[in-house]
Amino acid sequence: MPVEAAKKEKDTSRKWVSGLDELERTPVTETRLGRLGARLWAGTWPKILALVLVIGAWQLLFLSEWKAPWVLPSPLTVWQDLAAYAATPDYLQAIGITLQRALTGFALSVLVGSVLGIAVARFKPLRAAIGSLITGLQTMPSIMWFPLAILLFKISESAILFVVVLGAVPSIANGIISGIDYVPPAWKRVGAVLGMKGLQLYRHVILPATLPSFVSGLKQGWAFAWRSLMAGELLVIVAGQGSVGALMQGAREFNDSARVLTWIITVLVIGILVDSVFRAADNRIRSSWGLNQER
Amino acid sequence: MTQTRHAARVADTARAPGAVVLTDVVKRYGRGPGAVTALDGVSLSVEPGSFTCLLGASGCGKSTLLSLVAGLDDISGGSIDHVDQPVAMMFQESALFPWLTVAGNVEIAMRVRGVGRAERRQKAAELLETVRLTGFAHKRPHELSGGMRQRVALARALAQDASVLLMDEPFGALDAMTRDILHDELERIWRERSLTVLFVTHNVREAVRLGDRVVLLSSRPGRVLNVYDVEMDRPRRIDSAPVANLAASITDALREEVSRHAG
Repeated sequence: MPVEAAKKEKDTSRKWVSGLDELERTPVTETRLGRLGARLWAGTWPKILALVLVIGAWQLLFLSEWKAPWVLPSPLTVWQDLAAYAATPDYLQAIGITLQRALTGFALSVLVGSVLGIAVARFKPLRAAIGSLITGLQTMPSIMWFPLAILLFKISESAILFVVVLGAVPSIANGIISGIDYVPPAWKRVGAVLGMKGLQLYRHVILPATLPSFVSGLKQGWAFAWRSLMAGELLVIVAGQGSVGALMQGAREFNDSARVLTWIITVLVIGILVDSVFRAADNRIRSSWGLNQER
Repeated sequence: MTQTRHAARVADTARAPGAVVLTDVVKRYGRGPGAVTALDGVSLSVEPGSFTCLLGASGCGKSTLLSLVAGLDDISGGSIDHVDQPVAMMFQESALFPWLTVAGNVEIAMRVRGVGRAERRQKAAELLETVRLTGFAHKRPHELSGGMRQRVALARALAQDASVLLMDEPFGALDAMTRDILHDELERIWRERSLTVLFVTHNVREAVRLGDRVVLLSSRPGRVLNVYDVEMDRPRRIDSAPVANLAASITDALREEVSRHAG
């Protein structure tokens, strides 16, 4: 009998606990699929609207004959040029060269920026010395570096890479620094209670905790790298390398406005696509951390 | 009792796993005339497997005392003896890591100690069963309620495999009903595992509901004012008459202590 009584008591408290758990959880009202569809639509229609507005304004400007058609072609002419050109190997090769430069520069920036960021966050004297310098560099237009880059590296890939890295490193480093600065003390205390010291604390607590800030630093760093690269490709035209910037300059020299606009659209689309990748990563982190309270 | 005999007894007790012996513990912050004494000569001998509640108003240094026992901070004088290194500890905020699942948060305590993956996984599952969260192993912390998160934090503390568990107002941020349930749960786990618990709270009834002993601390500086042995059968209920009666007389003492600081 006492055994049975004990069992009954255990059962009662188990039910009590799980009942309260059930009541305290927020009920799921929408299906996952429904939410995804709604989100997709909510994200898509403003973009379609923006596109319609821009093309409409462009068409109106064209119809107003503000500039001669060979200087400002119609949207349709540019679309035809883009459609035809996109199928050629020149186009794809140019994008290939440019993207390869961008990725190399960005990868190097991530490496340098991360090491620099951790070093500055960790060592106080280093922060005093170069903390504000990093922020200062971030505000500097990267095109300012090209004269120096050309003197240092001549007209070469290295000159472009140099400026791309200088453009992206400050954002990436700052992302890490502010991430480390804002690790909640409670998490570090838990790490200490669990017996973590030095590197272990970094590996298990501090670095994972900086992830959201790191990703937004990467996103900003990419934007700076991409901008610097485009400026670089227009200024530093390496012989035999038909990059996006080089071909665009070529089109201008031949007064080919449609081709120039084709490249502008291409660069814009690449920028938007890459940004959406970062945005997706950011959203994923936020939702798995419970940082975005959705409606 | 002479100094040496006391020291010998202290050394004896402190050698047993689960025992914690504090001798004239002093904690000062700062130096010179601006220094603040948080704890001034706190002595306390905690038996293995006992449940001790530290009770006091703000400024009594009860949280400081736990940090000192946990080794998170250095003592300014006296000594703290225990054989458990490290001791397990739990806070008012669960402070779970959002980048890990519930199971991952429990496992991290073992990962630091170099426990292998298979063993970690199995032990985490057992511990989640202990805190009645078996179905939630793969959820993220933000998907749980406050009470559930505190239970994950408890499982993480248990995963440290220490015989001493320090708890710093662990249920302070929870609603009364959830806290009531967690008192039962904590009591059950404490008995099943023969833990030594040092439990800090400013809630007098909570202290009487849970403790074998309630240690009342004075404020600014923190000293031991009185120790109450709670001789009531378990399980107790927080709303029972004996608990309320003892709580009332401790509250009187606490009020008197707080009034002493009136300007």
